[in-house]
Amino acid sequence: MKRPLLMTGTTLGVVAGAFLLMNSLPGCRPSGTTKSVVTGDAASKVYVKPGTHDEFYNFVSGGFSGQLAVYGIPSGRLLREIPVFSVDPESGYGYSEETKGMLTTSHGFIPWDDSHHPELSQTDGVPDGKWCFINGNNTPRIALVDLGTFRTGSIIEIPNSAGNHSSPFTTGNSEYVVAGTRFSVPMGDDASRDVPIKTYKENFKGNVSFIHPEPETGKMSIAFQIVTPGVNFDLSHAGKGPSEGWFFFSCYNTEQAYSLLEVNASQRDKDFIMAVNWKLAEQLAKEGKGKRVPGKHHSNWWNHKTHSTETTVYEDVLQLDPKDHPGLVYFMPCPKSPHGCDVDPTGKYIVGSGKLAALIPVFSFEKIQKAIAANDLEGDFGGIPVLKYESVLHGEVKKPGLGPLHTEFDANGNAYTSFFVSSEIVKWNVEKLEVVDRVPTYYSIGHLCVPGGDSKQPWGKYVIAYNKITKDRYLPTGPELTQSAQLYSIDGDKMELLLDFPTTGEPHYAQAIPAELVKPREVKFFKIEENEHPFVAKGEKETKIERRGKEVHVWMTTIRSHFAPDNIEGIKLGDEVYFHITNLEQDWDVPHGFAIKGAANAELLLMPGETQTLKWVPTRVGVTPMYCTDFCSALHQEMQGYVRVSPANSNVPLTALTVSVDAEM
Amino acid sequence: MKKHTLLSGLLMSALAISISACGGGNETSDGPPGASATPPSADGGGAGAPAAGLITAADITLGDIDQAMAEKGRSTYDVKCQACHSTGPNRVVGPGWKGITERRQPDWIMNMMLNIDVMLETDPEAQKGLEECLVRMPNQGLSKDQGREVLEFMRTL
Repeated sequence: MKRPLLMTGTTLGVVAGAFLLMNSLPGCRPSGTTKSVVTGDAASKVYVKPGTHDEFYNFVSGGFSGQLAVYGIPSGRLLREIPVFSVDPESGYGYSEETKGMLTTSHGFIPWDDSHHPELSQTDGVPDGKWCFINGNNTPRIALVDLGTFRTGSIIEIPNSAGNHSSPFTTGNSEYVVAGTRFSVPMGDDASRDVPIKTYKENFKGNVSFIHPEPETGKMSIAFQIVTPGVNFDLSHAGKGPSEGWFFFSCYNTEQAYSLLEVNASQRDKDFIMAVNWKLAEQLAKEGKGKRVPGKHHSNWWNHKTHSTETTVYEDVLQLDPKDHPGLVYFMPCPKSPHGCDVDPTGKYIVGSGKLAALIPVFSFEKIQKAIAANDLEGDFGGIPVLKYESVLHGEVKKPGLGPLHTEFDANGNAYTSFFVSSEIVKWNVEKLEVVDRVPTYYSIGHLCVPGGDSKQPWGKYVIAYNKITKDRYLPTGPELTQSAQLYSIDGDKMELLLDFPTTGEPHYAQAIPAELVKPREVKFFKIEENEHPFVAKGEKETKIERRGKEVHVWMTTIRSHFAPDNIEGIKLGDEVYFHITNLEQDWDVPHGFAIKGAANAELLLMPGETQTLKWVPTRVGVTPMYCTDFCSALHQEMQGYVRVSPANSNVPLTALTVSVDAEM
Repeated sequence: MKKHTLLSGLLMSALAISISACGGGNETSDGPPGASATPPSADGGGAGAPAAGLITAADITLGDIDQAMAEKGRSTYDVKCQACHSTGPNRVVGPGWKGITERRQPDWIMNMMLNIDVMLETDPEAQKGLEECLVRMPNQGLSKDQGREVLEFMRTL
C-alpha cells in the first residue's frame, strides 16, 4: 500500500500549467496593493435601508475567539456574537454561577476553544433554522446553538478525540452530527494511553463519533464511535438523495507521521476519503454490537426553565470497529492530502479537494456502490478495504487553480471551490467538470459559503469568501488586523464582487439561511411565570436575604429602574455573597445589567424574565456600590445600590431593603 | 408615607430618604420624549398599528366586585406590577393605585396594561404620564384576562 510520491510527467505538466495560469491573474498572493474590481452598482445591491432587515442570516465561525458570529447578508452588518466555547464577560457567560457548567469537561472548566464549522440543522436535507451546531477544535466539543434564543443550548465533549476538526456536519434530518479526530491518539485506560509517540502505527487510533441531538430538547449524547487506523480526519459531509445513509470524511497523513507533518505527511500521492455506511452503523449499535470502551465525557444542557446548566457525566462510549463489521467503512484514494469533502445537492457526487493538488477529483456515488458490489479493491489500509480510484471516479476538474480547499454549490449544477494558494473562487460545472468562471479574493481564501450551499436545495444568490489574510484592505490597526469576508453575487454568468466586511476572530466555515426561516422562532423574553430557577424572586415581595454559614444569598429583582433590595447590610469579611437576580421585565429588549465593585468575575446581563447569579467575595470593609450596566431608562443612572461590609467579628444585623420616601404600602 | 421592603426578620425604623421628585407634570409639551421613534412592541402590534386594536368601554362589564377575580389580580400585581406601583395614593415609579378606578376609565387602564406602546404613541393622558415619570411603562406581557383581573383588584383599593 505504500505509494511514494512520484512526480510523473502528467503531474508536472498540470502544476506547471497552473502556475502559468496564475501568473496572469490578479490576487495570486497578497501583493500589498488593494485592487478594486467592483463594477456597476454594487453599492445598491448590498444597501439595506435603515430600519429594514437583511435577507439572510450568516452564521460565521469565530475561529480562535471560540464563538459564533451572526451577520446580515447582503449588508455584512454584525448582528450578534454568540458566546459558545469561550467565556464572555459582556453577558456573564462562563462567569455567572449558572453558565459555568456549560464549559465544564472531564478536564474541568475550560474557558476557551477554537470554533471552526457552523452547520445548520436540517429537515429533509434542507436547513430548517432550528439550531446551529459548531465544533470546538482544541478540547473536543460540539455545541448546539438554539436559534430561538441565539444562545448555546448544549455542549457535548468528545472522548477519545483530539483536534475535533471534521465536525459537526449533519445528516439530512439531524439524526446525527459527526465529530472526527484530527489528531489520532492512543485510547483506552491509562496504561494504553501512556505509550511512546514513535509507536503511532501500533497504538494511535482515529475515530469518528456520531452524536444524537434529542429533537425536542437539543440534549446531545454520543450514539457510537467508529474506530479507525491512525490518520488525520479533516472535513466531512453526509450523503443525500441516492447517497442518503452514507457519510464521507476526508483524511490525510495516511503516512502516519508523528513529527514534521509538513513534510512527512505529504509523501503519498493519495490519501483517502472515507465512506461510512451510517445506517448500518446505527443498525449495529441497535443490535448491541460493538463494545463500550473508556471515554469519560460531559454533556451539558441549558435548561431554559431553570436558567441553569444540567450536566450528565458519561464514563464510557460505544465503539464499533469496522474490521469486525464488513461493509461499514471503505476508503477511496484521493489526491494529495484532501481537505474539503463536499457532496453536491443531487447527492450523486462527492468532491474531494486535495489541498496540495492542482486538480479536483469528483467521485460518483453510483460508481462507489458498483465498486463495492464488485469488490473492486486495490488493497486495504489497516484492515479497511480501499476502493480503486479509477473505479469510483466521476472525473477530475483539470487545472482549476492552486490549493483547492472547499466547495459549495448552487441549485443550477455549479460548484464553487475556494483556492487558497491562488487566492480565488472558481466556478465549475459538476456534471461536465468544466471551469466556467473565476474571481480573485483578497487574500488567500479559506472557506466559502453559498446560502444552503451544502444542502439539497441551495438558495444561491451569493457566495461569501472567508479570507485568511487581510493585509491592506482596511484602515491599518497595528500588527494585528481584522479578519475579513467578501461577498460576491452569483446571480449572473460572471461572479461579481459586491462588498468587503470585517469579521471577528478567524472565520472558518460559515452557513447562511433566509431570515424568514429563523425569525418566526424568535424568543423575545422569558415568561416569568415559567421561571423555575431555585432562587427566583417572582416580584419584589419574594426578595429576601439569607445567611447559610459563610454564604449569604440575596434574592434580588430588577425593573426600570431600581434593584430590590438596594441597601444591604450585615455582610462580613470572609463571606461569599451570591446575588440571585431576577429581571422582572416582560417586554422585548429590556435587559438589565448588574455589576459590583471588586467582583473578580464579570457583570451579569439579564434578559427579561431571567434569573442569574453572580458570586462576590468582598475583600475589604466599607460600603460598596452596585449598579445597572445596561442603559435601561431615563432613570438608568439612578439604578444603583449599596452593600455594607463589616469586619468578620461584627454584629451588624443582616438586612436587605428598598426604601421609598414617597409611597405607602 | 414610607415604603419599607423589609427582607430580614428585623424591623427597620423609619428612614427618611429623599429622592428627587419627577417634574410637575402640568406643563404643556409638543410631544413626549421618544414618541416619534417608538420601537415596535413585543407582540408586533406596536408602531404603525392603528389605535383600532385598543380595548373599548363596551368590551368591559363592571358589576359588583368579584373577590375571586380580584385575588387573581393581586397575584399578578405581586409579580408584575408591585415593583413600580404602590397600592396607596403615592407614586413609586408609576402612580399609586389607590382610587385609580375613580380617576381613570376602565378601558384606559386596561389599555395602559395591555397596549402600552399604542397608548404612548396616541393617547395624550398616557403621554402626560410619561412626561411626569420619565420611565416608559413596561409591557409586562399580561393576557387580556390577567389585565381584567388586575382591574378588578384595583377596584378594591
